[in-house]
Amino acid sequence: MTDIGIGNTSTIETDAVIIGAGPVGLFAVFELGLLDIKAHLIDILDKPGGQCAELYPEKPIYDIPALPVISGQGLTDNLMEQIKPFDPTFHLNQRVDQLNRLEDGRFSLVTDIGQEFITKVVIIAAGGGSFTPKRPPLPGIEAYEGSSVFYSVRQMEQFRGKNILIAGGGDSALDWMLNLEPIANSIAIVHRRDKFRAAPDSVNKMEALVDAGRAKFHLGQITGLNGTDGQLENATIKAGDETFDYACDTLLPFFGLTMKLGPVADWGLNLEENLIPVDTEKFATSEPGIFAIGDINTYPGKLKLILSGFHEVALMSQAAHHIIYPDQTIRFQYTTSSSSLQKKLGVR
Amino acid sequence: MPKITFIAHDGNEITVNAEVGMTVMEAAIKESVPGIEAECGGACACATCHVYVDETWKAATGEPSEMEEDMLDFAFDIKPTSRLSCQIKVTDELDGLRVTTPEKQF
Repeated sequence: MTDIGIGNTSTIETDAVIIGAGPVGLFAVFELGLLDIKAHLIDILDKPGGQCAELYPEKPIYDIPALPVISGQGLTDNLMEQIKPFDPTFHLNQRVDQLNRLEDGRFSLVTDIGQEFITKVVIIAAGGGSFTPKRPPLPGIEAYEGSSVFYSVRQMEQFRGKNILIAGGGDSALDWMLNLEPIANSIAIVHRRDKFRAAPDSVNKMEALVDAGRAKFHLGQITGLNGTDGQLENATIKAGDETFDYACDTLLPFFGLTMKLGPVADWGLNLEENLIPVDTEKFATSEPGIFAIGDINTYPGKLKLILSGFHEVALMSQAAHHIIYPDQTIRFQYTTSSSSLQKKLGVR
Repeated sequence: MPKITFIAHDGNEITVNAEVGMTVMEAAIKESVPGIEAECGGACACATCHVYVDETWKAATGEPSEMEEDMLDFAFDIKPTSRLSCQIKVTDELDGLRVTTPEKQF
């Protein structure tokens, strides 16, 4: 597996770009690979696996054929093993923002960090959409976003000398508290209970900082933000029956991720209630050359199951082959017996 | 069939018929009750089926498990009566259950 991260911005030309590296996107690498189609995968998460890896890595899945039970992470790991022979290129931590057709019929995709892809086919396997940080429903929070409220830390230096309030009780909340404490002017964490769903070592370190007076812990919840012109001055915290204003200029809320359709809505595709209608022969969208597979598509009888997505992948790949190799006909083969397929899989 | 009433933030009430064995979340989704999103489909992995159980029903519905408590950390405006509706199993004893949905599942 190759991972091209931030910094590489020369245009990549390829046969197929898969948007979304969940189970269905990963299996697309396999089916496309058997048909000699090389794919690049783009995903907003920092790891492959999509919802399986992000939402329920440890939870069991019981309806994958021939696997009576497997965890979300186990399924992801197995798929990564299965697609290894095709050496897909992953572009993680990136969201496709623009998708346009070029004059020669190919497509141009540009991600949020400016990486451009030129590709013959686009396969949208974006599941429930892009994972985005949850925005606490605090009145007026939008006005502070980007100036005082941040949902991720891209550059720590930005927070030097700040009076930081972190909200949440998971690993992100604690990790950033520990990392930012040395450079912050003051730092506090607000969490609704005194238990933390985080690595025990992080919890111990956080408690040590609080005991040493270098950080504060507020047992409660934020109920309001106060400031002017996007500059936060204090956050109202409700702790039991008591309500008080805590002075801070920076708020980092870490309440996990949620799924939003995101830029897919702007690509000129027909949509039905935030899903992409496709046919059930090719899983083609309203735009020739753009396919949609897995949870993001819809058709009569659609079931949002991983196993349905796998089936969709196989048929879509045949249709993609016709576009990429218009002069070739596909000879249907089984991996069990075909020496040419086995060569591609590296088992022969 | 046990009946469950969902009270929206604005006071609107919807009463649905639930089947014993399903979850309160499933009873809501089946009838498209607004205010319950259940993004993860009931895996106790997203906290978008957050409800406030009516005080009088708190004992009957029981306490959240540790896993549910962990997931409630990702919900907002948590109260002592907060539960994830995907973790409440419908029983005959819960006939008449009343839950309020938060202003926003975020």
